[in-house]
Amino acid sequence: MAIDIETARKVAKLARIRVEAEDLPALARELSGILSFMEQLNEVDVADVAPMVSVTPMRLPWRADVVTDGGIQAEILANAPDAREGFFAVPKVVE
Amino acid sequence: MTGANGLTIAAAREALRRREISAVDLTMACLTAMDAADRLNAFVHTTPEIALAQARAADQRLAAGDAPALCGIPLGIKDLFCTRGVPSQAGSHILRGFRPEYESTVTRRLFDAGAVMLGKLNMDEFAMGSSNETSCYGPAVNPWRRGNDDAALTPGGSSGGSAAAVVADLCLGALGTDTGGSIRQPAAFTGITGLKPTYGRVSRWGIVAFASSLDQAGPMTRSVRDAAILLGGMAGHDPNDSTSADLPVPDFEAALTGDIRGRTIGIPREYRMDGMPAEIEALWADGAAMLRDAGATITEISLPHTRYALPAYYVIAPAEASSNLARYDGVRYGHRAALASGDGITEMYEKTRAEGFGREVRRRVMIGTYVLSAGFYDAYYNRARKVRALVRRDFDLAFAAGVDAILTPATPTTAFPLGQMADADPVAMYLNDVFTVTVNLAGLPAIAVPARLDATGLPMALQLIGRPWDEGALLNHAHVLERAAGFVAKPGKWW
Repeated sequence: MAIDIETARKVAKLARIRVEAEDLPALARELSGILSFMEQLNEVDVADVAPMVSVTPMRLPWRADVVTDGGIQAEILANAPDAREGFFAVPKVVE
Repeated sequence: MTGANGLTIAAAREALRRREISAVDLTMACLTAMDAADRLNAFVHTTPEIALAQARAADQRLAAGDAPALCGIPLGIKDLFCTRGVPSQAGSHILRGFRPEYESTVTRRLFDAGAVMLGKLNMDEFAMGSSNETSCYGPAVNPWRRGNDDAALTPGGSSGGSAAAVVADLCLGALGTDTGGSIRQPAAFTGITGLKPTYGRVSRWGIVAFASSLDQAGPMTRSVRDAAILLGGMAGHDPNDSTSADLPVPDFEAALTGDIRGRTIGIPREYRMDGMPAEIEALWADGAAMLRDAGATITEISLPHTRYALPAYYVIAPAEASSNLARYDGVRYGHRAALASGDGITEMYEKTRAEGFGREVRRRVMIGTYVLSAGFYDAYYNRARKVRALVRRDFDLAFAAGVDAILTPATPTTAFPLGQMADADPVAMYLNDVFTVTVNLAGLPAIAVPARLDATGLPMALQLIGRPWDEGALLNHAHVLERAAGFVAKPGKWW
């Protein structure tokens, strides 16, 4: 299934990656090429096959619902591009 | 004359314990070799102060007689591992300046055992690539060349810096990670040993995630014994990684008995690809003969879904990547784009990710987004997960029929020139993973073992695939193959 320019624009939007309008045709071609490679999967009979959830049959462990960490505000903010007064700072979200 | 930096881990361990060499001297030998190897672009962040402090501490432990196997052993760490206070960028611009406030489980285990960190190693961006060319640092360069041709070759990817550093004697061993072949393919391209453990054997905590159901860290070393020693230091249960197996870690080195009499080696007919170079075909047959001569039974087997592994992988891995990489939003760490007046938070996300991610990463995130989007989830993602179950079942049936290990070529070609694939279809690059990717889908352990040089003087390797959780037996088979192949070649130093 080929990806058209409109679909490429939508995918970029969903992925939150800015793509300039003039780059969309090339992107659509590239994504179409990769998807056509994946079309081979349609040759496989997968009736009655359950999708793999875990490669090793295992029960995911439970842990006690207790606080194990905390009080490390400075460490958490240390790598932020913009941190102020103990918070991550972002452009205005609420109008 | 090889300096101390050219020792195997096993030889260095003995020399350190006998006090014939100090950890500080060994570390200095590596730091000196690293300083003279800028042209390889293998190390991208060096940590000499940390290394020397760790080496001094290791010498004290050695003097006190408290010396675990890796005490005083200088290692290189792939840039994908978070190392406290040290740049950890996953080869990406989007993590420029990121210095983790925590230590990955694997590096913490190794440092607790006395290992020395020399620095961080080059890699494809977020481990997405097979040639190291998607790295934000520019590619690492393979120390090997074709005869007298001085064209720069790829060391493979994504753990290309790790492979180049190990074969060039810049470190005694290195950490790699393998999502579709990223340990085994670069090991094959550089003539070293690379082991991908069973999924869950090694904790993923603190390793920058690419595709969480496929990622697994492993050792890249100059011998099979070294791989056994280093894996022993990396492996073990970690409550911080819910997929890490709560199983005892056996003594992998003790499994290297050299005796594989009565074992059964499967040769999967589906790995005989059209257009496979004759030299690789011949190597594969010779590898089987070596194992037969050691007393193993060779039997042809069928893994019928092999050809669908690559397309299934290129649905599942990008799907998981698109989810994992959603965290790079310019808020908590790493790069944030400069914003124009009036830009809101959506523009911040979109500009940050467009600037911070390289082309291949953007491509895979968008493919992953597409296959997970409403209306296509069943057609692509769920179908790929069903095919994945069939790939695993192929292996389960082979092992149930009595096969102990499976022998295949490691890669479809030897190392190719940097830049050769620049204008190629992305799918052409993906074909590098054709022999390795099945193993990640099935969660199995596998190892690349260097075997001989091709006609142009480049290393070729074989791959052995083992039963889940039986890295010991796998390493033993590899040990037999290594001894029979007798690969000792090293690249001539030009860097």
